Amino acid sequence: MDWLTPAGRQSYGFTVVTDKPDDVSPIAFYLDRGSGVPTYLQFVHQVDYALRLGYLRAGDQLPRIKDVTRTLAVNPDTVMKAYRELELRGIAAGRPGVGTFITAEPDVAGLREMAGLRRRLTGWLADAAAAGIDELGMKALFTAALRDFHNAGGATSGSAREGDVA
Amino acid sequence: MSAIEADRVGKRYRRTWALRECTLAIPPGQVVALAGPNGAGKTTLLRVLAGLAAPSQGQVRVLGSPPGSPQARDGVSYVDQQMPLYRSLRVRDILSVAEALNNRWDRDLALARLEAVGIPLRRRAGQLSGGQQAQVALTLALARRPELLLLDEPLASLDPLARQDVMGWLMTSVAEDGLSVVFSSHVVSELERVANYLVVLSAGQVQVAAPVDSLLATHLALIGPADSADSLAGQVEVVTITRAGRQAQALARTTSAPPGWSRRPVTMEELVLGYLKRPQARVVPELAALR
Repeated sequence: MDWLTPAGRQSYGFTVVTDKPDDVSPIAFYLDRGSGVPTYLQFVHQVDYALRLGYLRAGDQLPRIKDVTRTLAVNPDTVMKAYRELELRGIAAGRPGVGTFITAEPDVAGLREMAGLRRRLTGWLADAAAAGIDELGMKALFTAALRDFHNAGGATSGSAREGDVA
Repeated sequence: MSAIEADRVGKRYRRTWALRECTLAIPPGQVVALAGPNGAGKTTLLRVLAGLAAPSQGQVRVLGSPPGSPQARDGVSYVDQQMPLYRSLRVRDILSVAEALNNRWDRDLALARLEAVGIPLRRRAGQLSGGQQAQVALTLALARRPELLLLDEPLASLDPLARQDVMGWLMTSVAEDGLSVVFSSHVVSELERVANYLVVLSAGQVQVAAPVDSLLATHLALIGPADSADSLAGQVEVVTITRAGRQAQALARTTSAPPGWSRRPVTMEELVLGYLKRPQARVVPELAALR
């Protein structure tokens, strides 16, 4: 999974900072250039992960549009589209002239399930390794299963259809 | 008011048509990627929009006025591929000349920008590196506070870090001042994340002109068995298809995959390459819809 770079707290890998933005937000976005995931959706996912991992909480400000366009050289529309999507999901809300803020943290019930799910997935990975399947093979299997799941109707929540381009 | 309006514009040099029947209507605040192979007419189109070349046919308007008119001249900045600067002049003197020649001039912006990229004002333009000359040319273009910025292969001489920095700086102007930008480039991948409007020129004609989002939402890359490749065209609108032994890959104008084909979203680069491989395929707005 992707890792988030919480600005000012801890950093993983490379972050190109051409002009230091004011730290209005506890997180900074990054680009996964090779992923094929539309940029606005990458930002939506990064906010989602940051919430799940506790880097973002209700009341926190999201990076300002001009700071994101400046440091990552993306079109401002892309950031606005991401923030609109977050507003539609009820996660964030814009305050005119100030910025966009987190309004709601995700369902904590899902968060509790995650540890168990992860344990079972690790068990599955061990089984696959024992059967002689390498990492690439595991990824191919998981991707294929996820696609079948999606094609069969998938999860009922809106997030299941994220793979589609809006 | 559109930032750019072109109605069946043609440009002929002697017997050769560099542009034919170009029709465009691009709203303001867009970042336009102008793509196409060498010789497709990108530079000619930019020169027509800048008022440096008169069209042989058709009507053009930039910011609501004919190119080269006083209104258009104040609002439009153009940076040429060659970045022509007076080589013997010092950067400081180039700024003074530019200030004297332009109705609008933001001296603070120019000085701040040159300082940020570390270009000494006493240096002569001829002594600057190619990348530094590009930075000076871009600074002059932006200090005029244009509403429309036309850039012909602007990033070619910049290193990757400077390129990212220039892009970020331009995108900030787009976000804060509503600047419209047209970038011509044959390296489409570098415009992937900045452009929200795509124009593809091919042999002097507009082959694709549409918002990037709508293009990405209406095209898919399809992967399937080579033996059903021939029947694919009957099921969806195929732009290009390539076969490799048992597998075939297609770029199609569709929102769903036919049975037996798997799908994946396309990138802007794949779209451009796909359309350039098949010049008769087109995505252009209907003339009626532009009026």
